[in-house]
Amino acid sequence: MEQQDISTRHTSKKAKVRLAKRYAFERRFKMFGILAILISAAALMTLVYTIAVKVAGVFTENYIVLDVQYDEKIIDPSGERKTENFELSAFRKLVRTTLRENFSYVPGGRQAFPLYRLLSDAAILEVRKHIQANPELIGSTEKFPLLADDVTNLYLKGYYGTLEKLPSFGVAQPVGTSDTIEVFVQSNSLNVILQAKKDFMAKEIRRLNRQVRAQQRGIDEFNKRILAAETDQREQDIAKFKREVQTYTSRRDALQKEVSDLKLRIKALGGEAALNKDIASFFLKINGGMVKVNKISPDRIEGVVYRPLNSDAPAQEGQWELLVNSKPENDRKISDQQIAWIEKLKEQGKIKEIGNWRFLTANFSREAEQAGVWGAVAGSFWTMMITLLLAFPIGVTAAIYLEEFAPKNWFTNLIEVNINNLAAVPSIIFGLLGLAFVIGVMGVGRSTPLSGGIVLALMTLPTIIIAARAAIKAVPPSIREAALGIGASKNQAVFHHVLPLAMPGILTGTIIGMAQALGETAPLLMIGMNAFVVDTPTWFTDTATAMPVQIFLMADFPETAFQMKTSAAIIVLLLFLVVMNAVAIFLRQRFERKW
Amino acid sequence: MDPELTELAERAQNEQNRPNGHIAKMTARKVDVFYGDKQALFAVDLDVSDRSVTSLIGPSGCGKSTFLRCLNRMNDVIDICRVDGTIKLQEDNIYEKTIDPVQLRARVGMVFQKPNPFPKSIFENVAYGPKIHGMATSKSELEDVVENSLIKAGLFNEVKDRLYEPGTGLSGGQQQRLCIARAIAVSPEVILMDEPCSALDPIATAKIEELIDELKENFCIVIVTHSMQQAARVSQKTAFFHLGKLVEEGETNQIFTNPVDQRTQDYITGRFG
Repeated sequence: MEQQDISTRHTSKKAKVRLAKRYAFERRFKMFGILAILISAAALMTLVYTIAVKVAGVFTENYIVLDVQYDEKIIDPSGERKTENFELSAFRKLVRTTLRENFSYVPGGRQAFPLYRLLSDAAILEVRKHIQANPELIGSTEKFPLLADDVTNLYLKGYYGTLEKLPSFGVAQPVGTSDTIEVFVQSNSLNVILQAKKDFMAKEIRRLNRQVRAQQRGIDEFNKRILAAETDQREQDIAKFKREVQTYTSRRDALQKEVSDLKLRIKALGGEAALNKDIASFFLKINGGMVKVNKISPDRIEGVVYRPLNSDAPAQEGQWELLVNSKPENDRKISDQQIAWIEKLKEQGKIKEIGNWRFLTANFSREAEQAGVWGAVAGSFWTMMITLLLAFPIGVTAAIYLEEFAPKNWFTNLIEVNINNLAAVPSIIFGLLGLAFVIGVMGVGRSTPLSGGIVLALMTLPTIIIAARAAIKAVPPSIREAALGIGASKNQAVFHHVLPLAMPGILTGTIIGMAQALGETAPLLMIGMNAFVVDTPTWFTDTATAMPVQIFLMADFPETAFQMKTSAAIIVLLLFLVVMNAVAIFLRQRFERKW
Repeated sequence: MDPELTELAERAQNEQNRPNGHIAKMTARKVDVFYGDKQALFAVDLDVSDRSVTSLIGPSGCGKSTFLRCLNRMNDVIDICRVDGTIKLQEDNIYEKTIDPVQLRARVGMVFQKPNPFPKSIFENVAYGPKIHGMATSKSELEDVVENSLIKAGLFNEVKDRLYEPGTGLSGGQQQRLCIARAIAVSPEVILMDEPCSALDPIATAKIEELIDELKENFCIVIVTHSMQQAARVSQKTAFFHLGKLVEEGETNQIFTNPVDQRTQDYITGRFG
């Protein structure tokens, strides 16, 4: 290399370029780091946001408070007061009768079912439980809060649209008070509905036109293929393609006819329009009744009476209302009729919204409004107890033996490598092991916290052993020497001095392992802990399920209310984890010693 | 009985018993030490006298610490270490099967290079040895042992108000004296010190040296040191190790003023090491 003046070695231009490169690398590295953090933060925020939005609907539940008359003839016709013999069907009848009393205009039989569906089945069970506990109430009347169905509950919370007032002017004159009636309105208030109908039809035309274009593309494509086939003289293909063109053409023509029909109907709308279930629902509130609008013309509506009118007297401006639920009936689980009933109950102040403790204290149920997580929480608790009782002592003693006592040879090396590998084994494999060995050979009951706990303990063991070995290794050898130097035996040195110092690390590792086990689903599915469990497990050998499995099961239900409860259950699980981590931090600080 | 009086009485007794010539407390004959295939000590013969200080000097890696750790079988802890030859503590060959290393270490205590108090209270640090050896049956007895040990280690006056505070909160020199107190609490016959002052400042070093001087009245002390001044100050006998061999041993005066071997001469005059 060329001789260089020493004083310029670190100040030359080349050196400056080198330095600039080094800084550029540093800046790039920092930027990537910040980017990575931002991306993960955004992902986390999205998760929290989704859960938070969904969970908002779970905090409260709605009750319909009605005067229930505990009719002896229905509940206990024999008059013997044998509470254990009280039939559920009798209470179903009682609750239904009570509902019918509030809506006397609803015809009985099949037509009353939508009314009954406003309430949860739990209401019936709860009335029975109440009467079984207090049979002296039979014969009396009492206000009783009846649990609303999940759909009712969601409507009340605004998930199926809310009724909004539209501006309504002029005098409205009803003709008739029940069934199908007409109402004449002397103003242009109804134009809103007409416009909504027009907008809807225009949207429909756009949709159909898109389909027409799609069919046209099909026709063009096959025409091209026919040309190609003709040059190659593939007779069979030509025939086939021609058939295709025909089908596409007929479909296109049908769609085009629909479009032109729609266009004609829009033109004719000046006169009259029928509303269907694909556009917003309009209601007229007049003379104490409620009418669902089915047909509309500029000065007149035709509709079904959902709540009978008191009279057919003309209603002055301000005494009648035009209401809209902008969510089309076909897009929601609750019918316009049911909305009319619920609104009535709301007006009468018979709806009560209270904190949803049921979610935390109830067990699982197929009915969304009744489903809770308590059974799963208890199941997870017992499972975790078994896991901790097995994995912690075994893991820590194994770690102590391997780290402090075992000779270092090929055999212990083999064991060490295998323990590290074990930590990376997919958890489902442990589930298989559990199924084959714990349940098959050991004969532990399926679906019990005992079998689940044993499997999860096997899964957690390597984590605990690795963490404990690292913690024991981190204890300075001077402490061991100090103990040995004054004549402590190896055992005493380890248990009196090394272990207490390693404890914080061991506990942290244990809690990490336990948290992992708490969130584990796959192995529990293998050993049948995804059973539908209705009773709270009270011991290791009771049939049980666990939190993550419960969440998995809940997520499988299509109901909106179940989706919400899934999110809420996830939050409960996260809280569990937060508590466990808090315990870990507390223990770590409690045991931490400086040297 | 007043502890100071006890101590004085003991000291008087010891002075009476003290023979003219030094009795060998520990004798090492043909000690070879291997770490795996590597031989660290070659046929070391050394006598350690009772109630005096023997210092082991030599350059780094010469085997002096290894030899020291043979004296209470601390080398047993190292898997690959093998010791041949005989080392006797009075009449007992300490490498014989009948000798339990745990018991031996109670008789031959050790103080390490870096102060290593247990991360526990001062009291517990000193009380641990007597507790595990069953030397104190009651709480008050234990308190007496702890107090006496701390007095002997010259630490009592400094820590008597905070016996239950962590031993790790003391200064470096105090921690080392605490370790000495911990070692003498089990009443050993021999105390091994592996460079006990190398992590300390000169003032703390002076205190430890003073302490060693006092302790030699009751104990047999073997000290490894890098400081030749220290060896000259505290020890009566000195052994010089070089490359795993015991080059020369003798009265400290003689080693430092009139060494026989050229290597000793070179080392103490600072030509290597």
